[in-house]
Amino acid sequence: MLQVDALKKSYGDLVAVNGVSLEAGAGEIIGLLGPNGAGKTTTVSMTAGLLRPDSGSVRIEGRTLSGDTDPNKRRIGLVPQDLALFDELTAQANLELFAALYDLDGPAAQRAIGEALELVGLADRAQERVKNYSGGMKRRLNLAAALLHDPQILLLDEPTVGVDPQSRNAIFDNLEVLKQRGKTLVYTTHYMEEAERLCDRVVIIDHGEVVANDTLQGLYRLLPVTNLLAVELERGQDGLRLDELQALPGVRSAKIEAGTLRVGVQDLATETPRLLQWLVEHGHPYRHVVSERADLETVFLTLTGRSLRDS
Amino acid sequence: MMIPFRALVRKDLQLFFVDRRALVISFAIPIAIGSFFGYVLGGAGDRPDQGKITVLTVDQDRSSISAEIVKRLSAERALDVKPSTPSDARAAVRKGSAAVAVIIPANFGQDAGRAFFGPQQKPEIGVLFDPSHSAERAMVSGVLAGDVMQAVSKEMFNGQTGRDMVNDSLAQVEQSQDLPAQDKKSLEDLLRSVDRWNQQGDRSAAGGVSRGISMPYTTRDEAVTARQNTKYNGYAHAFAGMVVQFVLFLGIDVGIGLLQQRQRGLWKRFRAAPLSRGVLLGSRATSAAILAFLVVQVNFLFARLVFGVRVEGSMLGFLGVSAAFALMTAGFGMLVATIGKTPEATRGLSIFATLIVVMLGGAWIPMFLFPQWLQKFTLVTPTRWAMDGLEAMTWRGLGLEAALAPIAVLLLFALAFGGLAVARFRWEAEG
Repeated sequence: MLQVDALKKSYGDLVAVNGVSLEAGAGEIIGLLGPNGAGKTTTVSMTAGLLRPDSGSVRIEGRTLSGDTDPNKRRIGLVPQDLALFDELTAQANLELFAALYDLDGPAAQRAIGEALELVGLADRAQERVKNYSGGMKRRLNLAAALLHDPQILLLDEPTVGVDPQSRNAIFDNLEVLKQRGKTLVYTTHYMEEAERLCDRVVIIDHGEVVANDTLQGLYRLLPVTNLLAVELERGQDGLRLDELQALPGVRSAKIEAGTLRVGVQDLATETPRLLQWLVEHGHPYRHVVSERADLETVFLTLTGRSLRDS
Repeated sequence: MMIPFRALVRKDLQLFFVDRRALVISFAIPIAIGSFFGYVLGGAGDRPDQGKITVLTVDQDRSSISAEIVKRLSAERALDVKPSTPSDARAAVRKGSAAVAVIIPANFGQDAGRAFFGPQQKPEIGVLFDPSHSAERAMVSGVLAGDVMQAVSKEMFNGQTGRDMVNDSLAQVEQSQDLPAQDKKSLEDLLRSVDRWNQQGDRSAAGGVSRGISMPYTTRDEAVTARQNTKYNGYAHAFAGMVVQFVLFLGIDVGIGLLQQRQRGLWKRFRAAPLSRGVLLGSRATSAAILAFLVVQVNFLFARLVFGVRVEGSMLGFLGVSAAFALMTAGFGMLVATIGKTPEATRGLSIFATLIVVMLGGAWIPMFLFPQWLQKFTLVTPTRWAMDGLEAMTWRGLGLEAALAPIAVLLLFALAFGGLAVARFRWEAEG
C-alpha cells in the first residue's frame, strides 16, 4: 500500500532525514518511534507530499507521489501534530471546509462528516464552536478531519500530545476500528507505550536514520535480555556484590536502580528460585520481587546508547 | 477545483464575521475616527463655528473709532471675536485658546485721526498671536487693516471727533509759519473741503447714509468642484483616509492570519490536499479583496447616511477605485505573510510600514499641507492613489476618467505585491 524509499532531506548542513525507508500494508499500524527531533515529522511531511524530498520516493500502490495536485494525495489522510482546527468555527463548519478540500460537497460531505463525528464520538457536539471543546475533544476532531475523504492511508503525527488518558484511550479505540476497516496507519510518537499498544511494526528513528524496523517481538529479540527481575531488598544494597551475582549461571545483568536490584535473566522459571536463594544465603533477604518484561525504551537504549525519554 | 476554492473563501469570510476584534477594527474604529476628523476638518460645511478664528479684543481707547473697529471685526464671518483684558488676552494666546489678540491702546482714535491727515506719529495696535497660528495672524492683520481704515475714515469724514479733528488741524495749519505758502493753501483747501463735506453729511445722515473710505471691491466666493452646488465635505476626506488606513490593517491581518494558520498546522492540512498553490493563495487573496471592498462600502455608506458624504462623481469610478484598492490590499496582505517567520515579528513591522504609507498618502493630513517635493514623492505610495481616487469620486465630483489613473496604478501595485508574495512565499516551511 505505502512504500517509502530512501527519503532524504537536509536543511543546509543539517541532515534531518537520511535514507528513511518503510513499507506499510492494508490493515497495518506502523509506529514511527523516536525522540523529539529525530526526523519523524519531516518523514511524515514528505510522505504526505508537504515537503519535497532531496532524494528518495513515496509510492502509493506503486504510483509515485509528486506535485501539489497529485490525485494520489486523496488516498492519504494527515493528522498533524498541531490542532489544525479553526477554534472560532463550529466542528461542523470545520469539517465542511476540510471535506471541501477534497471536492466533497453537499450530501456526500454531510454523510462523511456524520460518519467521522460518529466514529470519534462528537456527533452530538457538531454545532459547538471548537474553542469550547476540551483538549481531548479537539484531538478527536483533529482525527475526524483527516477521515472525511475516506483515505486508505492515515498519517498520524503524534496525535495524542497533551491529552488526558481517557481521550487517549478513545483515540486508540478509534484507530483500532480504522485498522479493522483495513486502513494503513503510520503513527509517529515518542511514547513507547503507545507504540507497544498500537503498532504491528515499529520503525525506530534516531538522528534522521532508521535504527530498527521490525515487529515488537522482533525488536525484543535484539535485546540481550528480555526478562528482568526487580528485587526490593530488606536491608538495602549494603554489602551486595553485583559482580558475584552476575557470575551466576543464567544471569545476564545486574544493577541497582533507584534502590531496587534489577537482574536480567535468560529464563525466569529456572533462574528466579536460584537467584532468590543466593540472595538469602548471602545475607540479603528480599521484601518483594516483580518480574518485568523488556520494553521499547530498553530496545532504544540498547540500539542508540541513549534513553528515549532523555534524548 | 471550485469547491475547495469556494470553501476556503467562505471560511475566511466566516472567520472575519465571528471575530469581534476584526469587526471593531474594520468598522467601528474607522467610523469613530473618521467622524472625529471629519468634524475637525469642517464637517459637512454647515457647522456654525466651522473654521472660525478666535480673536480677543482689548479696547483701552473706548472711543467711537475703537468701538467701530471692534464692531467691524465682529462682523467678519471668519472671526469669533470676544472682548478681553490685556492680561487675560495674553494668557489666552499663550495657552493657545485664542489665535490672535488685538489691543487698541488709549487715545488710539484721536491719534489715528491726527495721523490720518497730518504727519503725526501713527498710533500702534498691538497684535498678540500664537506662533503656531501665523497664518491666522496674517489673516487677522489684513482684516484689521481694512476695518481700521474704514472706521477711522468714517469718523474723520462724518463723526463729531472727525469734525473737531478737522477744525483743530485747520487752525494749526492756518497758524503755521513753517509750511510753504503753496502747501499751506492746499492743506487749508483740503480741510475746508472736508469740513464742508462733514456738514453735508449731517444733513444726509438723517437719511441713514454714513460715509467714509470703503473697500473698492467685494468678493464672491465659490468652491470649485466638478458640479455646481457641490460643497466640500470634511467627512469625505476623513472617511477616505480612515478607510484606507484600516483596510490596510485588514490586509495585515490577512497576512498574519496566513502565518498563524501555518503555525497552527492548518497550512499542513491544506497542503496535504491535492490543491494547487494558486487555489491556496488565490482563495486567500480573493477573500481578502472581498472583505476590503466590503469595508470600504460599509464605511462610506455610514458616511453617506450620517454625514451626507455622496459619490458626487462617477459611481462606477468609485466602485472601480474601491475594487482596485481592495485588490491592492489583498496583494499587500499576501506580501505581509512573507515578511517574517512568525506572526509576532511580522505584525510590528507591517503596522509601522502601513502607518508610514498611510501618512504619506495624505490619509491623516491633507496633501496640500505637504511640501511640494513631498507631494511628488508620495506618488510612489499606493495610498496616495487610493486617496486621490476616492476623493475625486466623492466630494470633488469628477467623472470616470479621473478614476482611471488611480485604478490602473492600484492594480499595478496589486500585481507587484502579489507577484512578490508568490515569489517569496515559503511553501514548504514546517512551522
